[in-house]
Amino acid sequence: MGILEVKGVGKRFGGLQALGDVNLSVQENTVHAIIGPNGAGKSTLLNCLVGKLIPDTGSVMFDGQSVLGRSPHEINQMGISRVFQTPEIFADLTVLENVMIPCFARRDGSFRMHAFGSVVNESDMLQKAETMLDDVNMLSKAHLHAGSLSRGDKRRLEMAMCLVQEPRLLLLDEPTAGMARADTNNTIDLLKEIKTKRDITMCIIEHDMHVVFSLADRITVLAQGTPLVEDTPQNIKGHPKVREAYLGEAQV
Amino acid sequence: MFGLNKKDTSLLLVVAALTLFAPFILNPFPTDSGLAQFNAGYPDLMQRFVIFGIFAVGFNILFGLTGYLSFGHAAFLGVGSYSAVWMFKLLSMNVIPAIILSVIVAGLFALLIGFVSLRRSGIYFSILTLAFAQMSFNLAYSVLTPITNGETGLQLTLDDPRILGVSATADGSIPVTSLFGLEMRSTYEMAVGGWNFQFSAGYYLCAIIMLVSFYIAVRIFRSPFGLMLRAVKCNQNRMRYTGLNTRPYTLAAFVISGMYAGLAGGLMASMDPLAGAERMQWTASGEVVLMTILGGAGTLIGPVLGAGFIKYFENIFSKINDNVLHQWFSWLPDGIEDFVVFIIHPFIGKGWHLTLGILFMLVVIYLPGGLVEGGQRISRLFKKNKSSDDGAAAKTTPAE
Repeated sequence: MGILEVKGVGKRFGGLQALGDVNLSVQENTVHAIIGPNGAGKSTLLNCLVGKLIPDTGSVMFDGQSVLGRSPHEINQMGISRVFQTPEIFADLTVLENVMIPCFARRDGSFRMHAFGSVVNESDMLQKAETMLDDVNMLSKAHLHAGSLSRGDKRRLEMAMCLVQEPRLLLLDEPTAGMARADTNNTIDLLKEIKTKRDITMCIIEHDMHVVFSLADRITVLAQGTPLVEDTPQNIKGHPKVREAYLGEAQV
Repeated sequence: MFGLNKKDTSLLLVVAALTLFAPFILNPFPTDSGLAQFNAGYPDLMQRFVIFGIFAVGFNILFGLTGYLSFGHAAFLGVGSYSAVWMFKLLSMNVIPAIILSVIVAGLFALLIGFVSLRRSGIYFSILTLAFAQMSFNLAYSVLTPITNGETGLQLTLDDPRILGVSATADGSIPVTSLFGLEMRSTYEMAVGGWNFQFSAGYYLCAIIMLVSFYIAVRIFRSPFGLMLRAVKCNQNRMRYTGLNTRPYTLAAFVISGMYAGLAGGLMASMDPLAGAERMQWTASGEVVLMTILGGAGTLIGPVLGAGFIKYFENIFSKINDNVLHQWFSWLPDGIEDFVVFIIHPFIGKGWHLTLGILFMLVVIYLPGGLVEGGQRISRLFKKNKSSDDGAAAKTTPAE
């Protein structure tokens, strides 16, 4: 039984069957990649997991509890954090504030009004955020405005914002999309480091084969809204069906 | 001090000094000098400065922190005024229960309107609040006449059934508002040389309440709650996927700022016990938006400056007329004098709106951070000059 169990999930947008009958099981402490050509339904599937979309059929269970019908913030509180395709950070605030906010959100998310506390007196949160920034080598940039960071650093910051919440499952939506080669490699190194340092389950949606094969423990190939095959990276590379559906158009 | 850091404490002390010494600061010209008309140190106007300061500070808690632009905040001000006047009519002429009731009623009203309006964001939120405020205005004007006394406005009468206190004083007039016997209109005048300084009880009550509200606003800005609100303004999508339910946070901000508006309305009625529907009109809502943006939305002191600025213009600039202009320019040759007066005429007197509009445009285009940004730029300029004199490298800190 995996930490995330997707059973028979289907989603239709008008005449388009975006997801057919998706079954997926993500095991704890593994990196599970979901790959597939454009329009395979990868993003739709991810949106069903985080509460942005509600699937028409099927069930999504996280740690034995259904996530369906819950709003995004509730799903986050269950322990699922997500990284966006383009880094979503608080551009007008400082890097340190960016990392403190998820700490506060974890504590006060549903609503607790600390209107008379003072952010600078919250030493626990401050320390947690600083340790996290140190972990991703960004402590020296703590007082910069997040909006002024480079693309790679924004990605790093967003990752830190997710990790500081100590999620049980981290969802990454094309974390290296639009990045230069060097930035991509940096991100891979960062993810590898996170994987070895922490007990964390990751589910990556990715286009870039290089990223997938250097990180994933299991790979699910999605095509036209249905999982084609699920296996280890070695087996996926040589799989004829996968080559035909997807890898034929990419260089491995 | 007071749980604030050094910078905020000094800001609070500066505001305290400015408000408490306002009767001196706003009265720089001797009474019989030609410039006396620029004096703003009379109780009525000073009260308006601080009351609208409270209104704008409260508005800034919503707009400056969460970015939700409410176009109906005057409704809460109006509701506060009506509540206060009813308290005077029914309970007592003491201002304390009136102010408390106006804050509570405005808060409840804000809870109701906020609950509905905050379902949408951006322009739709603004339109919803505007619609609610106009609805309140029209209701107060027509259907709710038994409560609001329609277009005449709610006033005290000689036969008010006041529970604590009398309906009419011994000499047959309407009693005046007071704070435990200290009449709000009582004013102590101090003549020093050519100057005449006025210290009004009403002004000092408003000033102290303004300082307390300003202090509360500073605390909210620096609190985790304030940080959450700024995060909501910055990136609501990220906030949602970070486990924060944004609705109750924005609603709390809306209610708090509605209560500030109610407080301002209650104080207005306490200084002059009448309430009219026009206080809720959309122009009144627009005015507080102007004040906040002119001063600097999202900054602490900005709204107070903006409120002072606009009220000064409204009351002082509008008093200048052609005769005054002719006096000023009498040293010019006749034809040119008339021409200069003709040019300036549209910008003064009834035309003060035009001047204000031009200033507002200049501020928004060249100083998007409002008057506060202007101040920051000037101080940075000075710092730069100083440090280059010392031969040290100029170092500027990014504006917050």
